[in-house]
Amino acid sequence: MTAVESGTGTQREIGAARRRKEDQRLITGRTRWTDNIQLPGMLHLAMVRSPFAHAMIRSIDTDAAKAAPNVVAVLTGREVADEQGVIANAWPITTEQKTPAHPPMAVDRVTFAGEIVAVVVARSAAEARDAAELVDVDYTEMPAALDLREAAEDKVLAHPDLGTNKIAFWQLDSAAQGSGGSVDDAIAEARANGIVIEREYRQQRLIPAFLEPRSTVVDPTGEQYTIWSATQIPHIARFLLAATTGTPESKIRYIAPDVGGGFGGKLQTTPEEWLTFLAAKRLGKPVKYTETRSESLVSGHHGRDQWQKLTLAATKEGKVTGLKVDLLADMGSYVGIVGGGVPVLGAWMFNAIYKFDAYQFNCTPVLTNKTWVDAYRGAGRPEATYAIERLMDELAVELGKDPIEVREMNWIKHEEFPFTTVAGMTYDSGNYEAATARAKELFGYDELRAEQKRRRDEGDPVQLGIGVSTFTEMCGLAPSRVLGQLNYGAGGWESASIRMLATGKVEVITGASAHGQGHETAWSQIVADRLGVPFEDIEVLHGDTQISHRGMDTYGSRSLVVGAEAVVRAADKVLDKAKPIAAHMLEASEDDLEFGDGRFSVRGTDKGVTVQEVAMAAWHAHDLPEGVEPSLDSDATFDPDTFSFPHGTHLCAAEVDTETGQVKLRKYVAVDDIGVIVNPLIVAGQVHGGLVQGIAQALWEEAVYDDAGTLVTGSFVDYTLPTAADVISFDIDHTESPSTTNTLGTKGVGEAGTIASTPAVVNAVVDAIRHLGVSDITMPCTPQRVWRAIREGSRGGGTPDAAQPHFGADQPNQDPTAGGAQ
Amino acid sequence: MIPASFDYTAPTTIDEALAALADAGDEAKIIAGGQSLLPVLRMRLNAPSTVIDLGRIDGLRGIREEGDALVIGAMTTHDDVMHDALVHEHALLLIKATSTVADPQVRHRGTLGGSLAHADPAGDLGAVALALDASFVIMGRDGSRTVAADDFFVGLFETAVGEGEILTEIRIPKHTGWGAHYEKFVRVVHQWSIVAVAATVHHEGGTIHEARIGLTNMGATPLRARATEDALHGVFATDEDVRAAVANIAEGTDPPSDLNGDAEYRRDLAVVLARRAVLHACGV
Amino acid sequence: MTRISVNVDGTAYSDDVEPRMLLVHYLRERLGKVGTVVGCDTSNCGACTVHLDGKSVKSCNVLAVQADGRSVTTIEGLASNGQLHPVQQAFTECHGLQCGFCTPGMIMQSIDLLNDNPQPSEEAIRHGLEGNLCRCTGYHNIVRAVQEAAGQLQPSSDGGSAS
Repeated sequence: MTAVESGTGTQREIGAARRRKEDQRLITGRTRWTDNIQLPGMLHLAMVRSPFAHAMIRSIDTDAAKAAPNVVAVLTGREVADEQGVIANAWPITTEQKTPAHPPMAVDRVTFAGEIVAVVVARSAAEARDAAELVDVDYTEMPAALDLREAAEDKVLAHPDLGTNKIAFWQLDSAAQGSGGSVDDAIAEARANGIVIEREYRQQRLIPAFLEPRSTVVDPTGEQYTIWSATQIPHIARFLLAATTGTPESKIRYIAPDVGGGFGGKLQTTPEEWLTFLAAKRLGKPVKYTETRSESLVSGHHGRDQWQKLTLAATKEGKVTGLKVDLLADMGSYVGIVGGGVPVLGAWMFNAIYKFDAYQFNCTPVLTNKTWVDAYRGAGRPEATYAIERLMDELAVELGKDPIEVREMNWIKHEEFPFTTVAGMTYDSGNYEAATARAKELFGYDELRAEQKRRRDEGDPVQLGIGVSTFTEMCGLAPSRVLGQLNYGAGGWESASIRMLATGKVEVITGASAHGQGHETAWSQIVADRLGVPFEDIEVLHGDTQISHRGMDTYGSRSLVVGAEAVVRAADKVLDKAKPIAAHMLEASEDDLEFGDGRFSVRGTDKGVTVQEVAMAAWHAHDLPEGVEPSLDSDATFDPDTFSFPHGTHLCAAEVDTETGQVKLRKYVAVDDIGVIVNPLIVAGQVHGGLVQGIAQALWEEAVYDDAGTLVTGSFVDYTLPTAADVISFDIDHTESPSTTNTLGTKGVGEAGTIASTPAVVNAVVDAIRHLGVSDITMPCTPQRVWRAIREGSRGGGTPDAAQPHFGADQPNQDPTAGGAQ
Repeated sequence: MIPASFDYTAPTTIDEALAALADAGDEAKIIAGGQSLLPVLRMRLNAPSTVIDLGRIDGLRGIREEGDALVIGAMTTHDDVMHDALVHEHALLLIKATSTVADPQVRHRGTLGGSLAHADPAGDLGAVALALDASFVIMGRDGSRTVAADDFFVGLFETAVGEGEILTEIRIPKHTGWGAHYEKFVRVVHQWSIVAVAATVHHEGGTIHEARIGLTNMGATPLRARATEDALHGVFATDEDVRAAVANIAEGTDPPSDLNGDAEYRRDLAVVLARRAVLHACGV
Repeated sequence: MTRISVNVDGTAYSDDVEPRMLLVHYLRERLGKVGTVVGCDTSNCGACTVHLDGKSVKSCNVLAVQADGRSVTTIEGLASNGQLHPVQQAFTECHGLQCGFCTPGMIMQSIDLLNDNPQPSEEAIRHGLEGNLCRCTGYHNIVRAVQEAAGQLQPSSDGGSAS
């Protein structure tokens, strides 16, 4: 658990609020976004996309487009059917899963509004777009499966050839796997002698909405295809491009340069990447495709989208005895790279921090004729956390107790770790009591409860609500052995290399591919401590398969927990290789050497050499001990044994204007236990950003489709991201129970804020108006929903599925060529 | 996204602009600040053959006094309006509403005239023009005409500005000393108004002498709430009295139903926002 | 094609452009000023914010021809003689950026808001940035960065100012 031994005498880097290395280029505009790349003779793509959710393609007339100025080629699905490859699902959740074939470009049939039906290649992006308008596609519309619950009844099929919309059924049952009792027995007992809470919750469809639109450049000149792409997963993409197009993996160099956010949205291999590759390969010229925001919102994968049916059993005293979960998960029209694995990741998290004996998780992923759905920040775990944290509040109401008290009755006590849950996971460490106590203190819990009561008594039109979320999550995806058991198509290890340069500089190569997380800074801090070299002398290289040739990329809060552990091990190997050389240089026995502050010294003397001096000696290799290779460079690959389990207590105070339904945040406290913190500045940033994404699910964001299957929220006019003026400053703090699963004691923080905040906010909103007869509000808790809930004691109803046009009468607020908006 | 090709001309006088408009016919589009037009062009929702830029006509910018009125050039930016001392003194409501339009960058480019001529029912300034009894000076090749605010907004994105004409000035009768408030309701701040109420009130000693109220996004055009204005006459500026006076403000309106709320909700919202706008305008 | 003359970051340029070319594309594709980026097509996100004659505008919502005879400052023109602009410095000091894609626009708009109001309240800062979307930071540290640039934050060690 002690991170490093080298700290004596000098300031340790781990734990220091280092300002980020990567900032210097980002704040001065010296950035390398994919869209910045211009190559000689480069061609540009424009996509022609389907306006229909489900239709047969009768014919495509490309003559006019081909004749347009500076058009080089127009490709259709039929022409490239045999060479375009496929978009893969890496995690079939059962061996019988029904997975629709996913061609990058539709061949005979389009399955969602926005699917690509033709590609125009021209000498400029403007000319490509001009010509794309001239492509004439003749469609025959087909009935579309749109509503998730209706689709689960198979009345209309998203893919008629599959015979069903339900791709699989996946179950975790505590009795069957031996991790607990029978959930049906627990529920029956509670019905007779205890409390049963039954609820249905909706996880609305969300859009990751990373700020950098996706872009891909493919250069087919030279010996390898060089591909730059705004992706989270250059290594996985390289593997899948090779595997699905027959191109030798060794002929593909995949580069993720500066990448502007991902949040899971760039954890995908996309039709656009595959088609850019295809065009470049066919034409022998560099080709670029950069999507518009409208295209991004309609064709980049969406997130969440579940119906959750929940049955919680408890004793009369409030001790939870069982939980049954039935999920329908909307996959959209294709099963993405993680696909049905996203809801399944929730299987181990519905039981959260609580001890109970019986649990069953049932999940049915369902196809519909809408944009595909895949990982979005938290992926499966926010959905689970939302459900259980909402239920715990409902249980508290049933009991007439404070929601924190009810949680405390049920949670795992700090002295009970390691603890194996009813889902079969072993939590290594945690202290829910400490995090909750600290959160209550920061929040002023009792004072706010008193104010709430006062406002209620006075009938204040603005009511105050307090929401609690005591969450945990599993991070550090993932032990390869576990992934194998789950039928996932790859491992979960991570790789690192360290190169000791002759001039004393150090290059750290990581397989984790950052897109805003600050790996360059955090990895430098870790290596600086480990090797005792200055922070400034360390260069972190990543995101290019020719430099970091092994990697599993960045998602699932895995980089620090898995990737940095690989870095630590590579650094230790460097020291192992340096030691005999140092001993030789010092004319001492290896046994007499000690290492600290970057220096090997002979115990009890002032003789020593720095690791940089050893690197120089290894480089010129003039005088090395017999049989020692002239290099300190080292590689390590780390495969975790288990997951890590960060947790925390979040408290939210929200004000609800009962006249308008408007919700305003008043105060938000987050106390997270993420184990050892490498850089508190970066951690704070991850928490803040995560909070706002989770709060946005609670209050603002929803991808809405109309009856025709058109995405109504197809631009930032209608997909309402919050601005600075919509949120508040947060109070955050940490408790620290070091993880026992890795050397550094870290647990992962990328998703914590998002996972915890959604239920905290909705619990606060419901708490504010529960006395008015409201026990639930469908997310997002829009003013209209809150207003209606207050008047009708309902959940607030649906969202009207039309956007008000702002750019002209009857015109949508988005690019009609992005698909839909007919 | 890149607009379709068009020709571009930037006249330096109104006469040149009118001539260019006549030459180009109905395929022409006028660009003022361009903050609504350029997204339309980028998304190819409209593909004019010619874009006529009024940005180089100095005479269309500026704010001056003419007797009992303020005269604001159509090409005066929102930012200039917001920071103008005359407007502050004589048409406070316009300041209040303009400072809620879009965001600072858009306010640096967007213009009062462009915004009014675009006539988005969710745009903020139409209701203000109605409440302040503004009139609109419209130039054509045959000279100029003046249209009252009540006659300016014809329909959804449609105004009295005809083909071949240009809106050149907005004349606002001085409302010196009137209290004002623009109560705008949005879910996130970068949205257009879901509903908003513009109120300017002449009040003294806690009594409302006169009130002028405009409604944003309660129909295809901005609306003037005359019956409510009458009901507010002589009313004490108290929560209770104002509440009663504005209770029927949504009567006869036909608000849209969309992602942000249905018509029923908007009607209810209008009543709440009207009360708040009037009380704020009275300094309560 | 229309001939335009524009001063960008202190250098005079003269080019023939199609009237339909957006200022942001002119900056990126013709001048190589790729520090300024495009994040949306409805002018909501503000990532493309630059200063036109000293005032912030969204360069995706201005035609290049409209910039004729004017002067443009981009994120690349802020630092002088290797010295970062105080707002740039404050953004790194307060960790006001993560992926960095919104950052050029955020910094340019923050400078504009401080030009307008050198001592803004937190609320004024938040409203001054309402035309700029960030998906990474939750805005917390962006607000701190502006406060830092305005001299409103107490100096502290180890990130206290940004937590």
